[in-house]
Amino acid sequence: MWTHLQIELYKIFRRPRTYLAFAAITALIAVIQVGLFMDGKEYTEFVMADFEGSFSVDGKILNGYFICYVILQLLLVHVPLLIALIAADMISGEANMGTLRVLLTKPQSRTAIVLAKFLASVVYTLLLLIWIAVLGLFVSMWVFGTDDMFLMKSSYVVIVKESDVFWRYAGAFCFAALSMVTVAALGFFLSFFAENSIGPIVATMSVIIVATILSTMNIPIFNTIKPFLFTTHMITWKEFFDFKVNDANEAIIGSIQNPDKIIRSALVLVAHIIAFVGAAVLVFRKKDILS
Amino acid sequence: MIKQVPYTIKVTCFLLLLFICPATSALAQDVTELVKKVKAKLDQVNDYTATGKMKTDVAFIKAPVGSIKVFYRKPNLFRLQRNGGISVLPKGGVSVNIGNMIVSDGFTALDAGTGMIGKSKARIIKLLPEGDNNDVILSTLYIDEVNLLILKSVTTTRENGTYEMEMYYGKFASFGLPDKVSFSFNTKDYKLPKGITMEFDDTDAAVKDKMKGKKGRVEITYTAYEINKGIAAAFFK
Repeated sequence: MWTHLQIELYKIFRRPRTYLAFAAITALIAVIQVGLFMDGKEYTEFVMADFEGSFSVDGKILNGYFICYVILQLLLVHVPLLIALIAADMISGEANMGTLRVLLTKPQSRTAIVLAKFLASVVYTLLLLIWIAVLGLFVSMWVFGTDDMFLMKSSYVVIVKESDVFWRYAGAFCFAALSMVTVAALGFFLSFFAENSIGPIVATMSVIIVATILSTMNIPIFNTIKPFLFTTHMITWKEFFDFKVNDANEAIIGSIQNPDKIIRSALVLVAHIIAFVGAAVLVFRKKDILS
Repeated sequence: MIKQVPYTIKVTCFLLLLFICPATSALAQDVTELVKKVKAKLDQVNDYTATGKMKTDVAFIKAPVGSIKVFYRKPNLFRLQRNGGISVLPKGGVSVNIGNMIVSDGFTALDAGTGMIGKSKARIIKLLPEGDNNDVILSTLYIDEVNLLILKSVTTTRENGTYEMEMYYGKFASFGLPDKVSFSFNTKDYKLPKGITMEFDDTDAAVKDKMKGKKGRVEITYTAYEINKGIAAAFFK
């Protein structure tokens, strides 16, 4: 399977569209960084208008950690499209080119082929996230410097101590990776039902858009299905940036406010990945390959 | 028919007024003297630099305890500098500073009796600034008459509401400088649209309830003072 994985990775990385995703990420992050570098003060003043009416904040709010949080918040909504471009093409692309039958002539089980293809799309997804981390976190730290992280949530404000931030990013990126692998698994699964790439890519995005709308709308009828939608759990990476306080309202350094929520969301996402990939294996094993 | 007030009552009232008015005036003079004594004690300090820890205790702010450095120069120059990190202070220049609790000049002091602050007996004095342009409308001081220390102050301002300061003394009590200052203030409810924060799940109702209607507090615990070493006025600009 290792050889097959290498072949799949070779196929992914010789396609121009793969680099298009990396270029798009670079451009998006650069736009955000340049924008905040030029007019970041106005952005923070806008976000903090309500808060600054009562409090004066002293310190470097617009630092690399804050910028990376803004980038993740904006980008993780759009990255699924870039992941779908590759993952939803894994089988449908082969079918479109007529190479799927040739592929199955190899002395390997269909399950091994499916898993190798899925692992290749996972590797691509992880590399994309590592690229986001390099540009979004490390370049932002280099350009904007570091300080405590000032986050404004809907009902409260969190100030994370500088020394307590980095491991939270490590956790947040790991969780984001899990979310994006779920997207890859969905795209991969849908790619078994078409003989061209456009259909599964559009279908993947449509599913994500509809599920995201259902996750974000606060309407009682949808609240019952929300916990089962993977899009509800994709934003749980933010939980890494909230900590517990003791009875005296003192921050407990190194703690997470809702670790249970992170575990629960991670389990839901893993369940989705297993379900999508498992279904893909089942479909592929019984599929009559004609292309 | 209008009833005449008996002559004896009239005489009694006159005599009472005759005795009470000077007594009230004497009390007012007493408390003014007391305030002046406390001010004189504080006036020993021309400037100081202090290091300490600052804790922000506001229901809707989760913040770590931070190290700070405080600079003061007579009469009211004050600067709070954080040693790295982000600090949040209530607006309105809570120059968390003992010097500006006593209006510098022109005030009327009224005796409001005595009370207990912790285990210490305190004289309660209300200070009314005489000028119209002063931001402070009313200041209530709780003064330890024996040690000439301000234990607590409640200040009502035109712009920034009412705030309270409680002082705890130790090594630097002889200069009238506290080891710990607890500054309480009223907070407005805080809310930011979910569209800006991009958080779509609701905060727990229990957490929301905990955040409502609580007073905010900033606590500064001083670890060391350097008194009268000289700080240039330009430093505060």
